[in-house]
Amino acid sequence: MLTFGFPVLSLIIFLPIVAAVIILLIPKEQKDLVRGIAIAAAGAVFGLSLFVYLGYNANLASIQAAQDAALNAGFSVGTAQFNATLAYVERMDWLPALGISYHLAVDGLNAPMVLLTGMVTVTGVLVSWKIEDRTKEFMAFFLLLVSGVYGVFVAMDLFVLFFFYELAIFPMYLLIATYGWVKLREYAAMKLTLYILVGSVVALIGVIAMVLTASNFFLSPEGAVIFETAKASGLLPASAQTFSFDMTQLTLAGESGAFDVLGYAGSDVLSFARVWFPFIFIGFGVLAGVFPFHNWSPDGHVAAPTAVSMIHAGVLMKLGAYAALRCGVQLMPEGAQVHLPWIVILTVINVVYGAFIAFRQRDFKYVIGFSSVSHMGLVAMGWTTMNLTGMTGAGLQMFSHGAMTALFFGCVGMVYDRAHTRDIPSLGGFMKVLPWVGFAFIIGGLTSMGMPGLSGFIAEFTIFVGLWQASPDVSLQIGGFTLSNYYSIIVILSALGIVITAAYVLRVTGQVFFGEYHPERFPDVVPLTYREKFVLVFLAAPLVILGVLPSVMAPMLETGLRPVLTLLGGA
Amino acid sequence: MDLGQFLSDANNLAWLIPVGPLLAFLVITLITNKATLVSADEGGHYADHNHPAYPGLKVPVVADWSRVASIVVGMSGVIAAWLISIAVVTNAAGVADFGKYVLESSVRWMDTGAGGFSMGVLVDPATVAMLIMVPLACTLIFIYSIGYMAHDPRQARFFSLIALFSGAMLTLVVADNLLLLFVGWEIMGLCSFMLIGFWFEKPSAYKAAVKAFTTTRVADVIMLLGIAYLYAVTGTLSFREIVYNVEVLEGLAELPAIIIPGLSAAGLIGICLIIGTIGKSAQFPLHVWLPDAMEGPTPVSAMIHAAAMVSAGIFALLRMFPLFEAGGHPHDGVYTPPLLLMAIAGSLTAIFAATIALAQNDVKKVLAYSTISQLGFMVAALGIGAFVAAFFHLLTHAFFKALLFMASGSVIHGMEHGEHHVHHHAHDDEDEHDHAHETPLLAAESHGHDAHDTASHDAHGHDAHGHGEHTAHAPHFDPQDMMNMGGLRKTMPVTFITFLIGGLSLAGFPLVTAGFWSKDEILLDAWYGVTNGYGPHALVFVLLAISAFLTAFYTMRQIGLTFMGEARTEEAKHANLGRGVVAFTMTLPLVVLAFFAIFAGFVGVHPDFPIFGSIFSPNGNPFFDFITTSLAVKPEKVGFYWVPVLTSFAVGLGGIGLGYLMYWRKPLVAGQEDPLVKILGTTLHTTLKNKYYFDELYTIIFILPAQWFSKNVAYEFLDKGVIDGTLHFTGRLFTWIGDFIKVMNAWLIDGFGDGLSEMIGRAGIWFRRMQSGSVQQYLLIVALAAIVIVIVFALSTGVLQAAP
Repeated sequence: MLTFGFPVLSLIIFLPIVAAVIILLIPKEQKDLVRGIAIAAAGAVFGLSLFVYLGYNANLASIQAAQDAALNAGFSVGTAQFNATLAYVERMDWLPALGISYHLAVDGLNAPMVLLTGMVTVTGVLVSWKIEDRTKEFMAFFLLLVSGVYGVFVAMDLFVLFFFYELAIFPMYLLIATYGWVKLREYAAMKLTLYILVGSVVALIGVIAMVLTASNFFLSPEGAVIFETAKASGLLPASAQTFSFDMTQLTLAGESGAFDVLGYAGSDVLSFARVWFPFIFIGFGVLAGVFPFHNWSPDGHVAAPTAVSMIHAGVLMKLGAYAALRCGVQLMPEGAQVHLPWIVILTVINVVYGAFIAFRQRDFKYVIGFSSVSHMGLVAMGWTTMNLTGMTGAGLQMFSHGAMTALFFGCVGMVYDRAHTRDIPSLGGFMKVLPWVGFAFIIGGLTSMGMPGLSGFIAEFTIFVGLWQASPDVSLQIGGFTLSNYYSIIVILSALGIVITAAYVLRVTGQVFFGEYHPERFPDVVPLTYREKFVLVFLAAPLVILGVLPSVMAPMLETGLRPVLTLLGGA
Repeated sequence: MDLGQFLSDANNLAWLIPVGPLLAFLVITLITNKATLVSADEGGHYADHNHPAYPGLKVPVVADWSRVASIVVGMSGVIAAWLISIAVVTNAAGVADFGKYVLESSVRWMDTGAGGFSMGVLVDPATVAMLIMVPLACTLIFIYSIGYMAHDPRQARFFSLIALFSGAMLTLVVADNLLLLFVGWEIMGLCSFMLIGFWFEKPSAYKAAVKAFTTTRVADVIMLLGIAYLYAVTGTLSFREIVYNVEVLEGLAELPAIIIPGLSAAGLIGICLIIGTIGKSAQFPLHVWLPDAMEGPTPVSAMIHAAAMVSAGIFALLRMFPLFEAGGHPHDGVYTPPLLLMAIAGSLTAIFAATIALAQNDVKKVLAYSTISQLGFMVAALGIGAFVAAFFHLLTHAFFKALLFMASGSVIHGMEHGEHHVHHHAHDDEDEHDHAHETPLLAAESHGHDAHDTASHDAHGHDAHGHGEHTAHAPHFDPQDMMNMGGLRKTMPVTFITFLIGGLSLAGFPLVTAGFWSKDEILLDAWYGVTNGYGPHALVFVLLAISAFLTAFYTMRQIGLTFMGEARTEEAKHANLGRGVVAFTMTLPLVVLAFFAIFAGFVGVHPDFPIFGSIFSPNGNPFFDFITTSLAVKPEKVGFYWVPVLTSFAVGLGGIGLGYLMYWRKPLVAGQEDPLVKILGTTLHTTLKNKYYFDELYTIIFILPAQWFSKNVAYEFLDKGVIDGTLHFTGRLFTWIGDFIKVMNAWLIDGFGDGLSEMIGRAGIWFRRMQSGSVQQYLLIVALAAIVIVIVFALSTGVLQAAP
C-alpha cells in the first residue's frame, strides 16, 4: 500500500482552510497580500495534488499486482481489491461511539479528480485576481469551498464525505449571492442550494439506513463470522465496530449480501438495495445535473462569478457523479443492476436535451451551462454501462469535461469582462482582438464535440463502445414487457446529442469570434494579460495531453474501477 | 528506444511520413508565425487606408522573416514527407511477394480492459498507391501557395494549417486501423473548417466553414458509431485483422445486426461507414457543404477536392471494401445492402451533380460540382464491386482535379490582377505598376510605391468574392464569374494549356488522357453486369454514361467561357499572372500535374484493349495485379467488351463536340445570355442554377424544426415551463402551506398558548377583585359560601330527600 511520510491528503484539505483563516485576519485594504496568499495556497495544493496523482500513477504496477493478489485470495475479493487500491491512506478514529472515523485515501477514481480540483483552484484564483469588491471575503470563501471539494473526493468514510459535502455548499451560496450577476444571483443561489441540499438529504437518509442495515447484518450470526474474518485478515482494522460509516466496511457488507436480502419493507420482491439505490444515486446525481433535476445548474453557472462557475461546472458536478458511483454503485451493486437500466434513459435525455437547449440560447454563458448538462449526461451514461470500457470512458469524460468547461467559463469571463455583454448576436469578431481566447474556445469546443487528438474523443468513443458492448446483456422489465438490447438505441440517440453539440459550438464560435468586429461597441476591450493567457494554456494543455496520450489516465481509472466491476459481477 | 535502430527496420519508416508536416505545423504555429500589431497609420504598410479586414484596429503585420521562415518550414516538412514516402515505396518494392507480406508496425495506445486500442502504420499496395499520389500533390499545392498567398498577411497561418492538413491526410493513408484513420479524418475536417473560414471576416466564409463542419460532422458521428460497434463486436479495429481476414468477415456477415432485423452486423457497420464517406466525400444527400467550401483560398479547394479530404472518403471505402462485400458477391449479382447503398447513392450523385454543374457560372463552383459528380463515379463503381476501377479513378481524378483547381486559381488571380489594374492604375504609370510585379513579392516588401500595390492585393485576398472594399467600385465585380472572362488564352497561355489538358482528361478525351482510361474501366465493369442482367450494374452504367456526357459538355463550356473568344470585360483584357516568383510558383505545379493528367492513365489499361493493351499491359493489367494482391478475396477480372469502350468514345467526344459547337465556335460576347438557358428553358436552368434548392430544402426540413424544437419545446416548454414550472409551483405551494401554517399557528397554536396565559391572567384579574379589603364583602362571600356548602351537604347526605 502506497503511503507517504506525512499526511499529504489532510494537508491538501486543510491548507486552504488555514489560508482562508489567515486571509480573514488581514486588513481588507491589503488586497494584494490577500491575493498573494490565495495564489500561494492554491499553488501549493495544486503541487500536492499533482504529487498525489503522479505518485499513484508511478505505483500502478504494484497496485495492479496487489489487486490481482486480492482476487486470488478468494475471500471477499471485491472489498479486498478495493482496499488494495487505496493509497496515501490516513485513518484514525474520530467519534468511535458513532462509528465515525477520519478515513482519507485516493484510488484510481478520485486521483484524477484531485488533480482536476487543483487545476481549477489555481486558475480560479487567477481569473478572480481583479475582483476589487470585498476581495478578502471572496478569496476566503473560495478557498473554503475548495477544501470542501477536496474533502469529498478523498473521504473514505461516508460521514466525513457528507461533512465536506455540506461544507462546500455554504461558501458556494455566499459566493453566488454576493458576487454573482445582479439580475439572477439571489434566485440562482437559492435554487442551487435548495436543489443540492434536498438531494444530499435524500442521500443522507439512505446512507444512514444503509449503515444501520450493515450494522444489523454484522451482528447477525453469519455476518459476525464475516466480520471477524475480515478483522483477522486485516481487511478491517482491529478496532472496527459493527456500526460504522467506513467505506471499506460498507463495501464488505454490500459484497456479503447485506443489502440484497429480499423481504425488505415487507415485500417479497424488494431488497434494501433495490429500494434505496435510486435515492442515493439520484440524490447525488442532482449535483451531477441528472435530468430532470438539472435546472439548478445553468442558472447557477450563469449567475456565479467566473471562478465559481469554473469550479462549479468543472469540479462540483463531478462530485455528484463521483459520489453516485462511490456510494451507489459500489455499495449496492445489486441495486445498480436493477435500476441503472432505466436510469440510462434519464442520461440520454440529459445528453440530447441539454444540447438542444444550448443550441438556442442567446446568452453565451447559458450555452456553456446547458452544454455541461449535456456532457454530464455522458458521464452518468458511462456508469450505466457497468463494464470496464464504458466506465473508463466516463472517468475520462469527468476529467476532460472538468478541464474543458473550466476553460469555457474562463473564456466567457474574459470576453464578458471586456465586452460587458454576453448576448451572442451582439458580439462578433473577437478572434481579432482576443485571439488567445478564440483559440482556447475552439480547443474547448472541439473537445466537447469529440475531436480526435483531444480528450473528449477518447472519452466519448470509449463510452460508445461500452454501450455497444453492454447492449446484449442489459434488459429492462416494465411489467410484463421486456425491453432488451436497447442500449444500442441509446447510443444512436446520444450521437444525436454530439451532432447538436457540434452545431452549437460552431454557431457560438462563428458568432462570437468570427465575423465583423465593431470597435465602437466595445470600448473597454484590452488585450489579455499574461495571467489570463496562463489560465487558458493551463486548462487547454491537459485536454491535448490526454487526447494524445490517454494512457496517462486510463490505466489509473481502470485500477479504480476494477473493484467496482468485481462487486458488480459478484452480486 | 534507439532511434537509429528503430528506423533501420523498414517496417517502422512509415511512422515518419506524417511527422514532417505535423512538425512543420507545430513549428510554424509556435515559433515562426509572428506578427506585430501596428496601428493602421504607422509603418507605412497600410498607409493610404485602413486595412479592410481590421477597420480602426491595429493590424497584425507579418515580418518578412516570419513569412519566409514559415514557408521554408512548411516546404521542408512536406518535402520530407514526400522523400520519405518515396523511400517507403522503394522499400515496399523490395519486399518479396508484396501484398501478401506488407510493412507494418504498431504500438499499444490505450488499454480499456476489453482489448485496448493500438496505433500503427501499414504499408500495403493500397497505401503505396496513395503514397505515390498524395505527398506529390501536397508538395505541389504547397509550392502553389507560395505564390497564391504571397500577398496575404496571414500566409504563415495558412502554411501552418495546410501543413496540419497534409499531416492528417498522410496519417490517414498510412494508418493500420480504423481509429487512427478516423483521427486523421477528423483532423482534416477541422483543418477544412479553419481553411474554408480562413478569411473569417467575411460572413459568407465562416458560414460556409460552419456548414461544412456541421454537415460532415453528422456523417462522422454515424461513422464513429459504426466504428464503435465494430470494435464492440470484434474487439479490434486493425485493417489486417478485419478486412483481410476471411473468418472475421464471414462471422460479421452471419451475425445479425443489433437493431434492424434482417441486416447483418457487417451490413450495419458498412452502412455507418459509408454514411461517413457520404459526408466526407460530399455525396448526395450530404453534398451541400462542398460548393460553399469554395469560400476558402484556392489551394485549399485543391487540397480538399483532390489530394486530401474527399479522396480520403473514397480511400476509407476502399480500405473497408471487403467488409461491405462480406456476404455478397457482386460479380455474380449478389449484392449486400452496403453495396446497393453505394451503387444508388453514387450513381445518383454523379448525374445529379453533373446537371447542376451545367448551370453554374462561378469557375470554382463548376469544378466543385464536377468533383462531387466524379466522386459519385467512384462510389457507384464500388457499389458494383469494381474495386480496382474505383481506385484507379481516384488516383487519376486526384491529379487532373488538382490541376483544374489550381489552374482556376490562376485564372482568378489573373482576373484580380486585371481588376486591380483597371480600378487602381487606370491613370497610373504603367511601367511603375509592372515593376511592382516583377519584384518578387514574397514577403511584405512594400515600400514606397509598392505599398499601395500590396495593400490592394491584400484586399483581393480577403475580398476574393468581390466584397467589402469593392462595394465602393460600382458596379460589383466578381473575379470568379466566368461571364466576366473570355479570351484569357491570350494573356495566360500556360494556364490555358494546362487547364485544357486537365479539362480534356476530366471530359475523358479518348485514348490520350488519364480520365478516359479510368472512366472506361468503370463502364467496362458495369457493362459486364449488364450482359449478365444485373439490375444495379445497369443503373450504374446508364447513369454514369449520361453523366460522362454531361461532364464533357460542361467542361468544354467552362473552357470556352473562360479562355475562348474575346475578353468580355476590361478586367479580363488585363488578366495575367505577371512575372517573377509568384507566377513561377503558380505555374510549375500546373505543368507537373498536366504530365500526370495524361500519363497516369497508362498504368491501368485493360490488357485486351486493341493496340494500347499490348503496349502498356502486355502481362495483364499492372495496376489491377498490384492493387489486389493484399485482398483476401480477389475481385474477378472482367473481360473486354466493345460496347462500353464505344460508349466512352461516344459520350466523351459527343460532349466535347457539343461544347465545342456551342461555346468555342461561337464564343459568347459581352452581355450575351448563356445559350444553355434557351435550350433548357428558364425554369429548369434556374432550378439547376439554384442546385435544385437543396439548401433551402434543408433549412426548412432540418434547421428550422431543430431550432423551433430547441427553443419552443425543449427550452420554453419543458425546461422553463414544465420543470422550472414544477419547481416554482412547488416553491409557491410551500409558500402557501407556509402561509396556511402561519395562520394556523397564529390562530390555533398561538391562540392556545396565548389564550392559556391570557386566561390565567384574566382569572388573576378576576380573583384580585376579591382582595378588596372591604369586610362587608368578605362577610357576604363567606355567607354565600356557607349557603352553598349547606345546600351541597344537604343534597349529598339525603337530608332533603327525607323531608317530603
